[in-house]
Amino acid sequence: MKKGIFKNPLRRWFWLFLGPVTAAFAIGFVWPFIQGIYLSFCKFKLIRNATFIGFGNYLSALKDASFMHSFWYTALFALTSLVFINVLGFAAAYALTQGIRGSNLYRTVFFMPNLIGGIVLGYIWSMIFDGVLSRYGTSILMETKYGFWGLIILMCWQQIGYMMIIYIAGLQAVPEDMLEAARIDGATKSQTLFKVTIPNVMPSITICTFLSLTNGFKLFDQNLALTGGQPFIIQPDGSSIKTTEMLALNIYNTFYNSNSASKGVAQAKAVLFFILVAGIGLAQLAYTRKREVQQ
Amino acid sequence: MKKIIALALTLIMVFALAASASAADTGSVYWLNFKPELDEAAQQLASMYTEETGVPVKVVTAASGTYSQTLTSEMDKSSAPTLFVIGNQAGVKEWGEFAMDLTDTPIANELNTDAYNLYDEDGRLVSIGYCFECYGIVVNCNLLKAAGHSLDELVNFEGLKAVAEDIHARAGELGFDAFVSADMDSSQSWRITGHLANLEYFYEERDAGGWSECPAELTGAYIDNFKALYDLIINNSLTDPSALATGGHDPANELKSGKAVFFLTGSWDYADITSELPNVAMIPYYCGVEGEEKAGLNCGTENCWAINDTVSDADKAATMDFMMWLVTDPEAAQIMVDQLGVLPYKNVPESANGFLADANNYAADGCYVMDWATNYQPNVDDYRAALVSALNAYNADQSDANWELVKTAFVDGWAVQYQSANG
Repeated sequence: MKKGIFKNPLRRWFWLFLGPVTAAFAIGFVWPFIQGIYLSFCKFKLIRNATFIGFGNYLSALKDASFMHSFWYTALFALTSLVFINVLGFAAAYALTQGIRGSNLYRTVFFMPNLIGGIVLGYIWSMIFDGVLSRYGTSILMETKYGFWGLIILMCWQQIGYMMIIYIAGLQAVPEDMLEAARIDGATKSQTLFKVTIPNVMPSITICTFLSLTNGFKLFDQNLALTGGQPFIIQPDGSSIKTTEMLALNIYNTFYNSNSASKGVAQAKAVLFFILVAGIGLAQLAYTRKREVQQ
Repeated sequence: MKKIIALALTLIMVFALAASASAADTGSVYWLNFKPELDEAAQQLASMYTEETGVPVKVVTAASGTYSQTLTSEMDKSSAPTLFVIGNQAGVKEWGEFAMDLTDTPIANELNTDAYNLYDEDGRLVSIGYCFECYGIVVNCNLLKAAGHSLDELVNFEGLKAVAEDIHARAGELGFDAFVSADMDSSQSWRITGHLANLEYFYEERDAGGWSECPAELTGAYIDNFKALYDLIINNSLTDPSALATGGHDPANELKSGKAVFFLTGSWDYADITSELPNVAMIPYYCGVEGEEKAGLNCGTENCWAINDTVSDADKAATMDFMMWLVTDPEAAQIMVDQLGVLPYKNVPESANGFLADANNYAADGCYVMDWATNYQPNVDDYRAALVSALNAYNADQSDANWELVKTAFVDGWAVQYQSANG
C-alpha cells in the first residue's frame, strides 16, 4: 500500500522534474558539443552546408605556429596565475579567520571584483596600467612582459576574493579539537599551519587549484580587452606573432580569418583545446585528491 | 490521466497557434545593418514601412567592427537576414554564393551609376551600392584663418606641411594645435590603418592601371609618402606620439571643441561636425606625390546591399519592395539622404552634405578621385592589427629600425595575409 502512494507517483512524474534540466543540458551542451566535434572534421562556412574532409583541420591546427605560441604562453600564464592566486587567496583567508575586527566587511570587499565582467575589467585595467606606464612613455600594448604581468595582476585582483571564500569555508571546517591538541602539544603557529591546517583544507585546495588552472587556460574576455594580443613581433617575412594571444583568443581569431578553410581549423583547435583543458584538469584533480586527509 | 490529456491538449493548442502565425506568410524583411550610425534611422524607416504596408521589417545592427561575426551567426539561423551587406571583393568571395543575382531587377534599374556595384567571377551582380562616401582631412577654416593661413595654401604636401608645422610651433600662443590626436585604439586606428593607408594603395593601383581584385603583393612604392604624411600628423598634434597606443583622447571632440585644425575623417561625420563648426572643408591626402595638386578626395563605398538567395521567394520579393521604397518614397529617401549623404539612385533628393560637395567640386575641377583601394586589404582585421602594433612601436620611438617594421607589416604583411586568406 505504501508503495502505491509514494513510489508510483514518483515514478510517473520523475520526468517532469528531470525533463527540463535534461532537455536544457542536451540542447545547451550535449548537442552543440557533438556537433562541434563533427564540424572539426569539416570544411564549412555555415553549419548547415558543412562538408566532411577528415583530419585535415587537425593537421593544419598543429602546424600553425601561432597556435603553438599561444599554447606555451597560456601554459605559462596558467601556472603563474595558479601560484599567485592560490597563495594570496589562502593568505587572505587565513588572515580573515584569525578574528580580526571587520572580517566580514573585508570578505565582502575582496569578493566583489569577481562580480565584474571580464571585458569591463580588461578595459578598466588597461586604463589603470596606462595611467602609470604613460609616465614612462610606454603602454601596456608596447611590451609583452607588461601584457603578461598586467593580466596576472588583473586575474589576481579578480580571482583572489573568490578563492578566498572557498578557503575560508575550508579553514572554518578544520576541527577545533585538532587545533587544540596541537596547541597543548606545544606546536608553533607555523607547525600548526603546515602540519594540521593545510592537510585539513586539502579539499579546498583541490577545488581552488582546479578552478584557477582551468580558468587560466580558458581565459578569453580579459585577454581580448586588456591587450588583444598586442604587441606583435613583426617577422622579416611580413608575418607576425601576437605575443600576448592566449589559446581561446587564438581560436576566435582563427575562426574569423577570411580563408574559407579557417572555420574548420578553428573548430579543430577548439576540440584540441577541450581535450587539453579536460586532461589537465582531471590529472590535477587526481593528484591533489590523493593528498586529501580523511577526517 | 485527465491531467495528461489536459497537458497534451494545451501543447497541441500552443503548436497550433504557432503554426497559424507562420501560415500567413506574405514575406517579411530582415535587414542586417552595417552602419551603427544609421541604426536609429533604420529602425524608424522599418516601422514606417510596416505601418504603411503591413509587411514586418526587422532591423538588426551589428556592433562596430563585428559585422562579419554577426553575419556568420545570423546566416546560420532559420530566419536568416534577407538584406545584408557585401562591401568589397573579399566579401563577394566569402558571401557571394548566398547573394541573389540582382541583374535587371527593379532596384538595379533604379541606380544612376554602376560604379559601386560588385560582381562575382561569373558576372552575377551580387551587391549594389546604396550610398557613397568620401574621406580626407577635415579643416576647421575659422581656426586656419585665425592662425593667419588660408585654404589656398593647402594644395600640396609642402603647403600642408608648412601650415601644420607653423601652427604646431605657435600652438601655445594660438591656443590650438595643428592635428587632433591620432589615437591607435580599436575605435580610432582605422583612420590610419584603413583610410590614411589608402593613399599608398591608391597610387600603387593607379600605376598598375587599376586593380580588379586583391593583388597578391604590394610594391610599397609610395610607403615614403605615407610616412611623410603620417609623421606630419603625429608630430604636429595635441598629443605626444608615445601616448597614442591606448587612445582615449576623443579626436572628434578635439576638433569640435576647437583644440586643433585638422582631423582625418569622412563625409559620415558631416552632420555631427557642422552642428558645432559651421565653417569646415575637406582636403585630399597630400603626401608629396608628383602632380598631387590635382588630387581629389577618397571616394567610394563599402555600403552595398545584397539579397539573401537562400530565403523564400516571398521574402525576397518583400525585401526588393522594401529597398525600392527606401530609394523612391520621398519621405523615406529624404531620411536616407540625411543620414547617408549621396545615394546613387535616380529619384532621391539632393544631399546637403558639404564634404560630398567638396568631393564633387574637386572632381569638377578635373582632379582625380582617389578610389578606395583599401577595400582590397586581405584578412583585414589581422592585417590592420599587425600594422597598429608596428605603428605603436614607431610612435614610441621614431627610429629607422622601427619604421622598417612598419614597412614590413604594411608591405610584406599584405602578401602574408593574402596567402593566409587565399592559400
